Amino acid sequence: MKVSELQAHGFEALSLPDGDREIDGVYIGDLLSWVMGRAQMDNAWITIMTNVNVIAVAALADTSCVILAEGVEMPDDLVQTARDKEINVLRSSQPIYETALQLAALVS
Amino acid sequence: MKELSLNILDVAENSVKAGASLTQILLTEEGDVLKLEFVDDGCGMSEDVVRSVIDPFYTTRTTRKVGMGIPLLKLACEQTGGNLEISSTTADANPEEHGTHVTATFYTDHIDFTPLGDVSASILTLIQGHPDTDFLFRHERNGRVVELDTRELREVLEDVPLNSYDVMEWIRGNLQEQYEELSEDGGYNGEE
Repeated sequence: MKVSELQAHGFEALSLPDGDREIDGVYIGDLLSWVMGRAQMDNAWITIMTNVNVIAVAALADTSCVILAEGVEMPDDLVQTARDKEINVLRSSQPIYETALQLAALVS
Repeated sequence: MKELSLNILDVAENSVKAGASLTQILLTEEGDVLKLEFVDDGCGMSEDVVRSVIDPFYTTRTTRKVGMGIPLLKLACEQTGGNLEISSTTADANPEEHGTHVTATFYTDHIDFTPLGDVSASILTLIQGHPDTDFLFRHERNGRVVELDTRELREVLEDVPLNSYDVMEWIRGNLQEQYEELSEDGGYNGEE
């Protein structure tokens, strides 16, 4: 499915410069160096971390989007950085596990 | 990084790439404060570059010349309530005394403190990979010290390369012995 289609399922788009990008699989993790080496290209990446390094790791690992779970806040300047660097960032109010379940149903 | 020792490896590589002849890696533990310092005599960085190395996009969108080492180290110490400081003098600004000094301060009793991990292994990896540059490693805990200075080894070894098998094994054993003595005194133990 396309990243932009998540919006119809309760995901709030914070930064959506490339909504047509296809999601292929899901990765979950908060330890950025770990994610950097393991998330696969086109994965949707679920995390609760919100600092500039998240955007950098998403760019490096070339994930299709970052999904912030638990409704965590991302500061406005970081949202702007995500748009500038063309990184899709969406948010779910659900906890990580429930977010993953929801994605599992949608993405497979 | 899952362990700070991997971060140490990453950041020390920056010093080697900056052409440092001596890179000092200094760990100081006092109570619940852990200070990690990198002091090198490399080419140094301008103020603009110092500002940009903490920005991960300085590296990710070019050729990743410096890597995520500094941004992740900054995150790791800030997660514990600590901070990261960088000061640097370029060779142009001062041909006699130039280089970079990175200081990361951690609060080890914070729940998000990243374990130190196997620092000896990181030091060995550095020496193995860069046998022709010098490293001074010093880990101080509650007044006790683990220390390794490759300049001293080089003086004794003369022409024997530092990364030859026997020398590496000796360093490994020596650091292990020093750490065993250090741990007898309590304090934060990286192995835990």
